Amino acid sequence: MGARKESILMNVNLKVKRFDPGDSEGKTWWQKYKIDIHEGSTVLDALIHVREYEDTSLALRCACRASICGSCGMKVNGNAKLVCKTRIVEVSPNGEQIIVEPMANHGVVKDLVVSLDTFFNQIKRVEPYIQADHVPEKGEYIATNESMENLLTAMNCIMCGCCVSDCTVLEVDDNFIGPAALTKAWRFVNDPRDSKRTDRLKDLNDEDGGIWDCTRCMQCVEVCPKGVAPMDRIMELRESTLTNGLTNAFGAKHANSVNKSIKHSGRIDEFRLPIESKGYFNIKGIFSLLIPGLRMLIKKQSPSPIHHKNPNQSKVKNIFKNFEENK
Amino acid sequence: MKFAFYPGCVSRGACPELFDSTIAVCEKLGIELDYKSMESASCTGSGILQEKNLKLGDTLNARNFALAEKSGLPLLTICSTCQGVMSQANARLLADKEYLDEINQELKAEGLEYKGTVDPKHLLWVLVEDIGIDKLKSLIVKKLEGLKLAPFYGCYIVRPSSALKFQENPKRSNSLEEIIEAVGATVVDFPGKTQCCGFPILMINQKNAVNMVANHTSTAKNEGADAMVTPCPLCHLNLDAYQPEASKTKNEPINLPIIHLPQLLGLAMGIEPEKMKLNKHIISTKAMLSEIGVSP
Repeated sequence: MGARKESILMNVNLKVKRFDPGDSEGKTWWQKYKIDIHEGSTVLDALIHVREYEDTSLALRCACRASICGSCGMKVNGNAKLVCKTRIVEVSPNGEQIIVEPMANHGVVKDLVVSLDTFFNQIKRVEPYIQADHVPEKGEYIATNESMENLLTAMNCIMCGCCVSDCTVLEVDDNFIGPAALTKAWRFVNDPRDSKRTDRLKDLNDEDGGIWDCTRCMQCVEVCPKGVAPMDRIMELRESTLTNGLTNAFGAKHANSVNKSIKHSGRIDEFRLPIESKGYFNIKGIFSLLIPGLRMLIKKQSPSPIHHKNPNQSKVKNIFKNFEENK
Repeated sequence: MKFAFYPGCVSRGACPELFDSTIAVCEKLGIELDYKSMESASCTGSGILQEKNLKLGDTLNARNFALAEKSGLPLLTICSTCQGVMSQANARLLADKEYLDEINQELKAEGLEYKGTVDPKHLLWVLVEDIGIDKLKSLIVKKLEGLKLAPFYGCYIVRPSSALKFQENPKRSNSLEEIIEAVGATVVDFPGKTQCCGFPILMINQKNAVNMVANHTSTAKNEGADAMVTPCPLCHLNLDAYQPEASKTKNEPINLPIIHLPQLLGLAMGIEPEKMKLNKHIISTKAMLSEIGVSP
């Protein structure tokens, strides 16, 4: 029998954001911890070590410790992560201080524990259940394997809230439905058993805080610990609304205007894009462009109203035509 | 060092100062820009066309890559959004041979084929990876000492990190800070530097877009920045042109000049501000220029 490998300890410096709901002033503060822990440990191991041996007042939430339950979402060095899935060496390769905060865009209950009310209120907005148009005479609703397979990406979501935490839109607008709920919506829009596909798309298109409010910043794609890529699902919802002829939203007009100008000239027509996004007869919308637009024209002499075509543009136009014919 | 030059729509449209400063700086850096090979290249779709038809977007990018491949030159861009959209398209095209074959069918009529050898590169990455910080330092004639600069990467040049090959190229994650330090200025770090500037929703939800401008510019200013520097012309457009609106939401003037990456290099290389159209910004660069003793 070989000798058991000796476990090596490493030194970890943590800086943790604290909040005590019992504090009448609602102050937050930073607390530093220095601990020795086994090499190969995760950030969660380190936090549990702190709670067990250094400071029993530190509040944190975890359960499965195997990135399945989605309980331990926190910000580590500025980005949301499941701390059970995050090894210390990944975020502190040379022993740098590790900064741990509660997830953003959620209310904080205590220290690193957040309230999930905001998260589930967003999920509820998209009616996250199948709405079939009939009840099968006997047995369950049948769907083929093939028709369900492409839903797997979205169904991998464990509702940890990491995408909501780091969503740049939610930071300025708490009315945005958010990446997790829109992914949930995508899952039902594409479920063959659901009968409300068109209504769902219309709501997501029309609603304030709907699909067109996403900035495509990809923060949710980057932080999702399960590869769900919420923003890609939002982009697919946009494509579906456009394919279904829903072209009234500013975002839809914006996408159609870009499509039109690249087809025409090979590049974006920066002069017409803002106007076409608002709509030529939208007086209030056009008026909102007036002052910044004039400032640009006077100061920079740009963008020019004359929109030249690229050389060989007919080749690009042909590609557009082929796609339109083979739709 | 010669590149097939892909300037993108905005540097030839709403941000001519980016185009002019790039030309001036590349001359000093010894970078030869070949305009001819990409002159019939189309817009990348900017992520917007992709909302309507992802495959059409990938086809246009494959066509652009085929043009670059034909020239035998590496592909250079000066727009973060172009970089991001191209890198994402390239990742999809290279991951699936069948998909690439289908897309090449669309290019056949023009006699083009994308073989999969292009690796598009932003000027920011060329500076830290190909030119190198040491060479860059040797070209500096005026150290920008005393100038405090907030880096602003935006989204498309940092995410998704897999398509942008951050793991293979570790210098990319700190490139802007390295350059700011190389020209002798001081980095002002702030949490918004890799967040969205708001530009993609400017025409869709102006209130949110302007609030993003207000948050980023006022935070950087409060941290002590004299100006902000960005490798993305779209970030520049929103952060500069809509800063007066952002100031109104904060009820105080923010007045933080937003400069393009080549303009920063140009100032350190002794290029006249006017040649780089530093006088054409919406937020005046005068105070920043006098801080480093350059007359605007």
